[in-house]
Amino acid sequence: MPPVLELKGITKHFPGVLANDHIDLTLNEGEVLALLGENGAGKSTLMNVLYGLYAPDEGEIWVRGKKVEIHSPNDAIALGIGMVHQHFMLVPVLTVTENVMLGMESIKNGIFLDRESAAKRVREISERYHLELNPDDLVGNLPVGLQQRVEIIKLLYRKADILIFDEPTAVLTPQEVEGFFEMVRTLIAQGKSVIFISHKLKEVLALSNQIAVLRRGQLVGMADPHQTDERHLASLMVGREVILTVPKEPAQPQEVVLAVEGLKVMGDRGEMAVKGIGFDIRAGEIVGVAGVQGNGQTELVEALTGLRRVVDGVITVVGANVTHATPRLITETGTAHIPEDRQRDGLVLGYPIADNLILNTYYLPPVAKGLALQEPAIRERAERLVKEYDVRTPSIFTHVGNLSGGNQQKVIVARELSRDVKLVIASQPTRGLDVGSIEYIHSQLVQKRDQGAGVLLVSAELDEVLSLADRVIVMFDGRIMGIVPIATATKEEIGLLMAGVHALAQEAAG
Amino acid sequence: MSAQQPQAKRSWAAPLKVIGRSVAVPLLAVITALLIGALLIVITDTTVITAFGESVGQGFKRAWEVISVAYGAFFFGAFGDLYHFTETLRIATPYIFAGLAVAVGFQGGLFNVGAEGQYFIGGLTCVYVGYSITGLPWFIHLPLALLAGAAGGAIWAGIVGLLKAKTGAHEVINTIMMNYIAYRLAEFMLDVGGPMARPGYRPVSPEIQPSAYLPQFFPSQPTIRFNVGFFIALAAAALIWWLLFKTTLGYEIRTVGQNPRAARYAGISVPRTIFITMALSGALAGLAAPMDILGVIHFMPNAFAAGYGFDAIALALLGNSHPAGVVVASLLFGALRAGASNMQGVAKIPIDITSILQGLIIVFIAAPAIIRALYRLRTPEEGEGLITTRGWGQV
Repeated sequence: MPPVLELKGITKHFPGVLANDHIDLTLNEGEVLALLGENGAGKSTLMNVLYGLYAPDEGEIWVRGKKVEIHSPNDAIALGIGMVHQHFMLVPVLTVTENVMLGMESIKNGIFLDRESAAKRVREISERYHLELNPDDLVGNLPVGLQQRVEIIKLLYRKADILIFDEPTAVLTPQEVEGFFEMVRTLIAQGKSVIFISHKLKEVLALSNQIAVLRRGQLVGMADPHQTDERHLASLMVGREVILTVPKEPAQPQEVVLAVEGLKVMGDRGEMAVKGIGFDIRAGEIVGVAGVQGNGQTELVEALTGLRRVVDGVITVVGANVTHATPRLITETGTAHIPEDRQRDGLVLGYPIADNLILNTYYLPPVAKGLALQEPAIRERAERLVKEYDVRTPSIFTHVGNLSGGNQQKVIVARELSRDVKLVIASQPTRGLDVGSIEYIHSQLVQKRDQGAGVLLVSAELDEVLSLADRVIVMFDGRIMGIVPIATATKEEIGLLMAGVHALAQEAAG
Repeated sequence: MSAQQPQAKRSWAAPLKVIGRSVAVPLLAVITALLIGALLIVITDTTVITAFGESVGQGFKRAWEVISVAYGAFFFGAFGDLYHFTETLRIATPYIFAGLAVAVGFQGGLFNVGAEGQYFIGGLTCVYVGYSITGLPWFIHLPLALLAGAAGGAIWAGIVGLLKAKTGAHEVINTIMMNYIAYRLAEFMLDVGGPMARPGYRPVSPEIQPSAYLPQFFPSQPTIRFNVGFFIALAAAALIWWLLFKTTLGYEIRTVGQNPRAARYAGISVPRTIFITMALSGALAGLAAPMDILGVIHFMPNAFAAGYGFDAIALALLGNSHPAGVVVASLLFGALRAGASNMQGVAKIPIDITSILQGLIIVFIAAPAIIRALYRLRTPEEGEGLITTRGWGQV
């Protein structure tokens, strides 16, 4: 029996970039093929070629032993190829059924939508693949994990049997990731074939039958998950040895640099998002905040950095009460802030790198003398920081919007960590970044700790918290479930605390 | 092993490329508009239609004659001799101020639709200082009158800025409303018997003192109305350029304009910056009025020149919200206006054709895709654009 999908010599040029260089891939029926690579390695380009969004310059696509031409997503769907994009294409105000019908509505009596029969099929598909979706729920009310399943049902409804998932776990909580894995296994058991795009080594190892590693547009290796390990995959992916665990000495905690007492903060919808929490951070230690996204971490960080009003409680930074201080005062007290959403909060994408590097020091000498900005000082600082923090860019005048995510984050890290600070608040500092950048940012945070700063690390990646932090604060529903020293912390315990299981919390804290 | 490529400088080459790209579209927009204008002149001319009735050759011959007479008169009217050329510059002067006003707003992420109203208020304050204060030497009286114009506009726009900063009320709505208040206020002040009207039966203000006149360059030739105002406008453009791109205040304004969330993160007070931007924008719009009053007519009529407010938006868009671009765009509009009045006088082409030309130019600038498609231009890189306005209540 021929393989369900074969790519032969796929090549795609973009101006100045060879995005795909003669790539050959084979997907067998009932298997999971993982496509592993850093950002910009050519994974998405390859899948967009397969999905008919790009025309390849060279190469052939074979489906079930037949050579095919795919010119549009409609062609792809007709061949049974479906793709779940990283950013969902759903209409939140419509129900699950309506979203699934969108684009191929079934009609009754000429003009009326036939919701009933569509809902029936949605229910059948949901039951068959254990997707546990109610066809009548509004999509906007569903958690992200279930929204993803709506995308999958859309494909199954269109009778796709080759399913492509583009970074499916990036938006999921650890629990939802488990659910996703199970669902993929169910799909496979029922004869579907899956291509799984990821840069997360653990997930690739856990889920796939075959691993294809891409680097700079080339297929650099195929691996069998039973005969390889994270180290090997990472070095294939990056092209050199990668240090996966962060090397660091035990912490030497000094004086308290951040003290939080009875902090209460309101969320955007007027609900109490942080419900009275207290903790300390000392100089020379990294304190991780673990928790499923949306349990008050964002609001906590915004309150600490002066971006959100504090309802009750006291925040002290290096001895100064900054509970109701402005962001500028908090910055000047000696706080660095790596914001959660770097493009929205941390950068001005239309500015050159040089101007982004002075974002919170633009008014201070040597950058400014009185009212006048000092161009030579700005330039000199940018040249120095770009070199020191290894920002890969053709020029310090390149617009930040044109940099890759990893380099954008390095610009922020350079700006924040190059200042003389006593407290670093880093929120999701490596989200969406490639292995090389993650490694670099981790080492910078540890270095800052060793230079005597206290670091508050908020991350949705439990592995990141566990490998970097000296103590772990677990948040659930706006409260602290427990503060666990890293020496005694296990993933299972913290996972339970993250899910709000309190009995163990007391044991762990005690 | 970091990327050790030769560091490109913020040198002459890079900005030239950007300028090349940003000039190509406006230039082609003007040429395209002139071509369409020629077509309009031809098809509205009865002699051409008659000539086509005789023969196609005659028709084309006549059409060519009509266009060359019209555009000949047009270009003579804009640049033909000293009088016409100085008229172009004189008309461009208030345009520069009004265009700068909107451009500063755009840089700060604010859409000032109220340059017209700020111009009216600037006119009232400057003319009042101009006629009511007597016995001052010109070097005190003139700056005082200019300052009064700027202050009037700044207060008028500052109110809108304050409302936006404090409550998030959208500046577009509020500047439009303030326009109406300004028109009616001017009407009340200047109508016959009004507080600022001169005795008699004309709804105009008294003449200003000669000590508040903007000095003429050709005092012996009173028809040439060219005055110092033009160079004040150029100086203002240079000052605004410096302020926007070389000072901390300009950095604040542009950062708030590009990404208010990042501005807040950086410790910039967004409401304060919005207020300053709006007041600065208003001051510039207010300064357009003294160019006409102190420089040319020397009083303020009730039915004051209208249309600056909307032309100013066009000028800012045309000039890509850059002071140098605004100056060039203002000169272009000045030339269009000066040329059109000559074209009307000599070639009997209705002056409305200028409005059509201006409209076409603006459409092409606002929808550059048309020009790019027409002339197969490359689309610009990301990140070079400017956010001109944002949604409701985002502070």
